[in-house]
Amino acid sequence: MSRSKKILLVVAVLLALVGAARLNSQSYAAEDKFLVGWIYIGHVGDAGWTYAHDLGRQYVEQQLPWVESIYVEAVPETSDAERMMTELARKGCKIIFATSFGYMDYVQNVARRFPNVLFEHCSGFKTADNAATYFGRIYEPRYLSGIVAGSMTKSNVIGYVAAFPIPEVVRGINAFTLGVRSVNPNAKVKVVWTNTWYDPATEKEAAKAALDAGADVIAQHQDTPAPMQAAAERGKLGVSYNSVMTQFAPDTIVTGPIWNWGPYYVERIKAAKEGTWKTGDYWGGMADGIVDLAPFGPMVPENVKKLVEAKKADIVAGKFHPFTGPINDNTGKLRVPEGTIMTDAELLSFDWFVEGVEGTLPN
Amino acid sequence: MGESNMLVSILAAAVSSGTPILFAALGELITETAGVMNIGVEGMMLVGAVAGFLASVRTGNLLLGVLAALLAGGLLALLHAFMCIALKVNQIVSGLALTLFGTGISGYLGKSMIGVPLPNHFRSVPLPALSRLPVLGPVLFNHDVLVYLSFVLVPAVWYLFYRTRPGLHLRAVGESPETADALGVNVFRTRYVSVVVGGMLAGLGGAYLSLAYAPSWIENMTAGRGWIAVALVIFAVWNPLRALAGAYLFGGVEAMGFRIQALGLRVPSFFLKMMPYIFTIVVLTVITASSSKQSSRAPQGLGRPYERE
Repeated sequence: MSRSKKILLVVAVLLALVGAARLNSQSYAAEDKFLVGWIYIGHVGDAGWTYAHDLGRQYVEQQLPWVESIYVEAVPETSDAERMMTELARKGCKIIFATSFGYMDYVQNVARRFPNVLFEHCSGFKTADNAATYFGRIYEPRYLSGIVAGSMTKSNVIGYVAAFPIPEVVRGINAFTLGVRSVNPNAKVKVVWTNTWYDPATEKEAAKAALDAGADVIAQHQDTPAPMQAAAERGKLGVSYNSVMTQFAPDTIVTGPIWNWGPYYVERIKAAKEGTWKTGDYWGGMADGIVDLAPFGPMVPENVKKLVEAKKADIVAGKFHPFTGPINDNTGKLRVPEGTIMTDAELLSFDWFVEGVEGTLPN
Repeated sequence: MGESNMLVSILAAAVSSGTPILFAALGELITETAGVMNIGVEGMMLVGAVAGFLASVRTGNLLLGVLAALLAGGLLALLHAFMCIALKVNQIVSGLALTLFGTGISGYLGKSMIGVPLPNHFRSVPLPALSRLPVLGPVLFNHDVLVYLSFVLVPAVWYLFYRTRPGLHLRAVGESPETADALGVNVFRTRYVSVVVGGMLAGLGGAYLSLAYAPSWIENMTAGRGWIAVALVIFAVWNPLRALAGAYLFGGVEAMGFRIQALGLRVPSFFLKMMPYIFTIVVLTVITASSSKQSSRAPQGLGRPYERE
């Protein structure tokens, strides 16, 4: 065998092994089942964003026995996404969920070519007759988790280990801080950016820095439980994110905002099957159950639980919106007048911090 | 918190966050000194991390976890050794394949371990007396046993390289396999052993992440540290002591960046994120430029498969 042939052979074998490892858990269609597809940006094992979507998919399988689900992991936000969705549509998927922002234009392309297939794109803003968008108002449970943190801090310094300086993350920090200050106007929220979604060692280090600066509660926006572990090691408290992370630090985590995609998926798939599906741009909140608060830790006092439950009831009933004025920015300037509620457009382009946040934003 | 405490906490963080990179870099250094390039460090670290985690959860024994990590990293490296030494495959291609393979297989093996907490993890064991020294105590002697192991390993590798006969043989094989062969050194065996040991250390670096530093299994949890280790070996010009300096420098500057943010100093976070890379490259380049010519070059036989005439 020549040298180059050997190399080719080796690479082929290794690639085949990698491929086998990645595609192992796909299931294939039975004739009479209603086929539904998902494409994920990450791995179902990320314990964060993709994991939460996959819990939703599993919920669908459990609730709707007539559904056969197919998912593809680690699909890049490139024309690969278009290829994978085309593949899923050809396989016979009736409805396809694309769970990352960057799939947006590819969803539009595939939707045009398969007018009889329905598409749902998470977090985007382009729709078509057979392509809807969906997202959740995670800032609502974030506000509530801020109430818990603000009630329980003793040092009045709360560390927020933040991912990237984009509106979604800024909105989360602001909602959290408004929650904190609603019960504790003296508390500050220190922001430490990691510029990662997914690097446990770095995120833990960032949390330690906030703890060194006097924080006694740590909140986070990344997909790993590492900041919670840092708080646990110092005997401090934590507010987790994405999914229930309690098992990683049971004596530390007071609560945390979580995604709950399952009910939305069930509802949309049912509608697709019954022919009642309509396009739209869905941004659901706690009232719909698409976002929620993780169960309280054992250290949360009853009065705090009651306070949070009452606010939650107000949010669910539509009586309270976390971004209701007066809201000052962190230089003290009034940005939202008394009684005014920020519009969705303003929330989606948030680029300033509310009063009480200490941190930097790129200009 | 006072300024001195802040400094101590940065230095302590430098050691703990530099340790996984240090293990991997030491392994790669041994591999490359024998003349084999293995850029699959990221893959070997991931396999080590997942194997260590799996074994620890299943058996409840952390030492068995470490053994499993060594074994897994070593096995993957053995594959690379076979490709590069026996089949004489391009080492870069095989190393890349190793990274892809390691990423895929670790994700697959770890599926059942997502969200599973580790019953026990490596905790800090303050060394008696030493840990009470001012500054040095909390910085160096209040860590877990894996960190102490790395303290021992660095001088051990240095001693092996420059003070022992097997170390001399190892370097000879990396510099000029033909000459070493003519002198009766078994080039193939030396290279196999060094590649496998290198993989074991990479696996250990991964296990440090999953069993000590951030005790959990998350896919891709090394987040590029394997690549940093590969680069570090080059900037440390194949010297174990400089690899240690580089790894701690990297960890320390990163830790400092977060503390600058937490103290409320207005420095853009993207700039701080860049700092560890720039700092490490500049410092190691300066050290290298100012040291003697002899010790500042790559092993001459690096990346070149050896064929007996």
